[in-house]
Amino acid sequence: METVTLTITNQPELFLEADCISPDVFAGKTTEEIVDLPVYIGREQHRLGEFFEISGRAGATPAETKIVVNGDLSRVKYIGMKMTAGEVVVNGNADMYVGAWMQGGKITVNGNVDAFAGTGMKGGELRINGNAGNYLGSAYRGDWRGMTGGKIVVTGSAGSDIGTFINGGEIIIGGNVDVHVGTHAEGGKIIVKGDAKSRLGGQMVEGEIYVFGDIDVMMPGFAYRRDVELEVEGTKGRFALYEGDLGERHRKRKGQTVYGKLYQLVRP
Amino acid sequence: MTKTVTDVICPFCGTLCDDLEVVISNDGKNLLEVYNACAIGAEKFLQSQAKDRLIRPRMRQEDGSWKEITYDEAIEYTARMLASAKKPLMYGWSSTNCEAQSIGSEIGEYVGAVMDNTATVCHGTSLIAVQDIGIPSCTLGEVKNRADRIVFWGCNPAHAHPRHMSRYSIFPRGFFTGKGHTGRKMIVVDPRVTDTARIADIHLQVEQGRDYELLDAIRVAFKGEQLPDVVAGIPKEKIYEVAETLKSGRFAIIFFGMGVTQSLGKNHNIDAAIAVTRDLNEYTKAAIMPMRGHYNVTGSGQVWGWQFGFPFAVDLSRGFARYNPGETTANDLLRRGEVDAVFIIASDPGAHFPFSSVKKIYDLPSVAIDPHETPTTEVCKVHVPVAFVGIEAGGCAYRMDNVPIETRKVVEAPEGMMTDEEFLRSVLARIKEIRGFKR
Amino acid sequence: MTEYLIKNGFVFDPVLGIRGDATDIAIKDGKIVETDAVKNPKVIDATGKTVMAGGVDIHAHVAGPKVNIGRNFRPEDKLFNARPGRGIERMQGGFSVPTTIRTGYNYARMGYTTVMEAAMPPLYARHTHEEIRDTPIIDQGAFPVFGNNWFVLEYLKNHELENAAAYIAWLLRATKGYAVKVVNPGGTEAWGWGLNCENIHDPVPYFDITPAQIVKGLIEANEYLGLPHSMHIHANNLGNPGNYTTTLDTFKLSEGIRPRGRFGRQQVMHHTHVQFHSYGGDSWRNFESRADAIMDYVNAHDNITIDMGAVTLDETTTMTADGPFEHHLTELNHLKWANADVELETGSGVVPYIYSPSIKVCAIQWCMGLELALLAKDPMRVFMSTDHPNAGPFIRYPRIMKWLMSQEAREQQIETFKHKDKVIDATHIAGIDRELDLYEIAQMTRAGPAKALGLSEMYGGLAPGLTADVVVFAFNPNEPYAPDDIEKAFGDVEHLFKTGVHIINNHEIVSNGNKRTLWVNARVHENPQVMRDVREKFLRYYTVTLNNYEVRGHHYVPNPYVIEVDATQ
Repeated sequence: METVTLTITNQPELFLEADCISPDVFAGKTTEEIVDLPVYIGREQHRLGEFFEISGRAGATPAETKIVVNGDLSRVKYIGMKMTAGEVVVNGNADMYVGAWMQGGKITVNGNVDAFAGTGMKGGELRINGNAGNYLGSAYRGDWRGMTGGKIVVTGSAGSDIGTFINGGEIIIGGNVDVHVGTHAEGGKIIVKGDAKSRLGGQMVEGEIYVFGDIDVMMPGFAYRRDVELEVEGTKGRFALYEGDLGERHRKRKGQTVYGKLYQLVRP
Repeated sequence: MTKTVTDVICPFCGTLCDDLEVVISNDGKNLLEVYNACAIGAEKFLQSQAKDRLIRPRMRQEDGSWKEITYDEAIEYTARMLASAKKPLMYGWSSTNCEAQSIGSEIGEYVGAVMDNTATVCHGTSLIAVQDIGIPSCTLGEVKNRADRIVFWGCNPAHAHPRHMSRYSIFPRGFFTGKGHTGRKMIVVDPRVTDTARIADIHLQVEQGRDYELLDAIRVAFKGEQLPDVVAGIPKEKIYEVAETLKSGRFAIIFFGMGVTQSLGKNHNIDAAIAVTRDLNEYTKAAIMPMRGHYNVTGSGQVWGWQFGFPFAVDLSRGFARYNPGETTANDLLRRGEVDAVFIIASDPGAHFPFSSVKKIYDLPSVAIDPHETPTTEVCKVHVPVAFVGIEAGGCAYRMDNVPIETRKVVEAPEGMMTDEEFLRSVLARIKEIRGFKR
Repeated sequence: MTEYLIKNGFVFDPVLGIRGDATDIAIKDGKIVETDAVKNPKVIDATGKTVMAGGVDIHAHVAGPKVNIGRNFRPEDKLFNARPGRGIERMQGGFSVPTTIRTGYNYARMGYTTVMEAAMPPLYARHTHEEIRDTPIIDQGAFPVFGNNWFVLEYLKNHELENAAAYIAWLLRATKGYAVKVVNPGGTEAWGWGLNCENIHDPVPYFDITPAQIVKGLIEANEYLGLPHSMHIHANNLGNPGNYTTTLDTFKLSEGIRPRGRFGRQQVMHHTHVQFHSYGGDSWRNFESRADAIMDYVNAHDNITIDMGAVTLDETTTMTADGPFEHHLTELNHLKWANADVELETGSGVVPYIYSPSIKVCAIQWCMGLELALLAKDPMRVFMSTDHPNAGPFIRYPRIMKWLMSQEAREQQIETFKHKDKVIDATHIAGIDRELDLYEIAQMTRAGPAKALGLSEMYGGLAPGLTADVVVFAFNPNEPYAPDDIEKAFGDVEHLFKTGVHIINNHEIVSNGNKRTLWVNARVHENPQVMRDVREKFLRYYTVTLNNYEVRGHHYVPNPYVIEVDATQ
């Protein structure tokens, strides 16, 4: 694996759109070509090299390309967007759309990310050692096909609207979340190790949500069924199983109605 | 002597009444009296005649005072501001006609602006919900002629759309609704006992911020599934009863407003209300409609829809249209410091935006196009008063049910005043000169 | 003043009867002229290329409130397919529901120059016209809908033909409309109560008139007025297995009626997107093609024209004034559903839909659309369409051409079907080896639709006197070609002239043109009864005043082309 290292040297006056920071774009390019890649501030086009010190070399293919980005990237958008393979490591906070529409490969952020990280994710792994903003792993506006595969892990907390329209894949939050978890979910799995507020599984058709901490207000469409013994992400214990959203449509498999499942850890 | 102009369209709210009668002086210069309008509409017409009305642009000086400037100077400032910005915000558009909105689009496309309208703090969340779940709806005449179950959820038409109930939703005797309001059941959902709630048959005083839960509970009730004893402060027996009342009607309509579009969950509340309406269509006929505020915010959404494909929060900076509320919406752009110039027209963000956004407008190059003096004009560098659409200039406007109506010019604007269209056309021409006709 | 000479191209023109001969076409002052009438023309060398008149699309949903619902409620339809503006081209976006700007440009890139907006709700006419105005290059007209209109229902119930005709004339003028469009007659009024009319004898609730009476009455009123186009219908029962019988019943309502008027059309009924109406079987399980029965009828009755409504196997957006059908569709695929009922007039619904080659029903639908054209005896009466965007986006017309012209291309597509054998069993296409040639394509996409619209004096051919809408395709029919070459060449014209203006030069758009809006002004005898009914209904039931209803103002129709009809004889 070859590595390209970017270190931010100038902050943009507004925000920098850097959808070129992706193994798929860097692969097969020389360092000179990478320096010349377009980035945008509003309507102005600039070169990547105007904002980053760039060293190392890219691999021949995305899978052989690793990108390390250093510095405060809280004004840089689209890092890792649409990547299919390879690796991206961000050492700092990043702005919106980290790993949006990614299909494969791995992104690690040692910092926080803003909104829309992992939007429309199809595969690969997105790991955030920090906090995530709103709309983590959610669908793009209007698309009933949200996250369909891959894994998102956040060590800290996340915002609201995580996993809207999730169809597949996994989202694991180490800390707390804000309102609206897995709204309109049709599959997939969301695990919240901290506390949640309200609107978990609203309009959920299918899928699984696990909460280890508190839930302030349960959706009325979720009915308690029974307790089950489970081990989830290394935590073993008794979970109260709720099924729902009873206000929503549900599919039948083998003659049985399949509900969304919400498991809450029972703590003494 | 005087003349009476009939079938005048009121340019204030989304009810877009088109039956006003306006009495004007014979020479067409003075507006004397307005009939059939509600108090708000009448006031809009009458205060256009205010003697101390601003009729020329003005520019903020170093010492904070205003100095009158010419329209040409205002055009120059605006054109230069937009042409030199990396990412200007062009906001408002809701109290002007479609023709002006369309010229605004051309400017925005040319300078790579972000175009946003007042839906961004109003029914933008409804538009997001529609993008996620659709919307079974109808024109207001369908309500007038057919509806017998009327729900006002999170809105107070008695105050915000005063003639709505008498023209469309509660009182009229329509084709199939000859009994008027006696043949209709009215349900209001509001934490407050409003004037609208006071005349309702059923008032659900929902716990504030729990509308989404209550809507989910109604859907559960439709399916005959079990409910907790109390949801959102409403006992489950009441919820089952309301579900039955809705199902037993011939035509149910839900009108909704800021109580749900801008409270916890925002678009999700509307999404759930639309889901309720959708479900109801399995039992009877049901529709849902947003109570749009400004008289042509709907038009702005329509014009941008057919020109760019999105109804608000349209980012044109990369040469093509992109959309994502939370990123491309005016308040997020201002909060994050993502725009470097602000052009405001036909709206009052100074009054309606969070103060932290208004401070940003104050700090940036900014222009406000508005016949009135408002909290917005007070924080901008240049203020350009223009003729009132619907009073001194005609042009198309779209009602809350998307019906397009041509507003009328009823009186002449004060001498030498420009219309929105004229001002915007001049700005576009000047920008092309400054930029050498290149994008 | 501008003169052009398109030299030496292989011309396919059913109006002049030219089947691929090398012919020169001359343009002067916006019209086609004799080649000796140009003195100093700019010469376009079309040697080795195909030349046709501009395409005429008789039915597409491109402008109006439900189209815009489709745009605004599908941000995902615009994701990653935008085209930045450059030069005189403005920015473009959208795949299945393109922006108006993209609509105009994409039609032009395929060599289409006239497009009819398929359904205009009268109360929303201003919206339709604003969108038409903002669609560059192509001439357009719009069809107001009449089949669920309260005035029409009452007049036809009482057999008041003259009143119905007077009302139609009035509404065409008020809305600047082009023709009498009928969608799910009676059924969309029933949908005002959540009901429907499922066959032609199913009476409309309250109004107590049947779809058969509505259709027959509107055909008669249309001929009474002698309008340029015939009544244009989307019959009841769209999309349901077994519905081909409803379609045949509907066709039969036109029997014995001959066209009237001076516009040269020979049909009294145009039935649209017939693919959706050709279904056999009685459930999705035994769903099959009855395109054979449909075409037996169409081939034997020359007073009917149809357009295909061919499925393109894309993810698209369905939108139609058949409100109950759209509700039915959302119950099937659970995707977002928008509905817009219009007081006293009509309704509409919009639902996204994915036509997947892995789904048996979609594959059978695909077969049917093509069968209608391949079984046609008279290509002047069977037109290409996808009911855009319902069966697919109009940008697929070149692909449909490829399928119609190449059995190999059809077989390649059939090979991709997951349930190939079941699909072949349920359809006729595998046994059809007919390949249409460019002359027949020109009949189906130019001369035929222009004639059916009553516009053969303007469009559809290259005869002197016609509007100079001329297309040069980089396609040599006399050299060997692969089927995909057809799709490529006919999707990206080399030159396009619209009303004599050079719009596309060497594949580049160089002008936004000066599009015209066509509408029909039919003069009838004064009818105080109808005017009194109109005043009364506006006062009591509409929510706009009569005075605010009519589309007036230069900014809605900046470049009108009015077709005068004198129905006072």
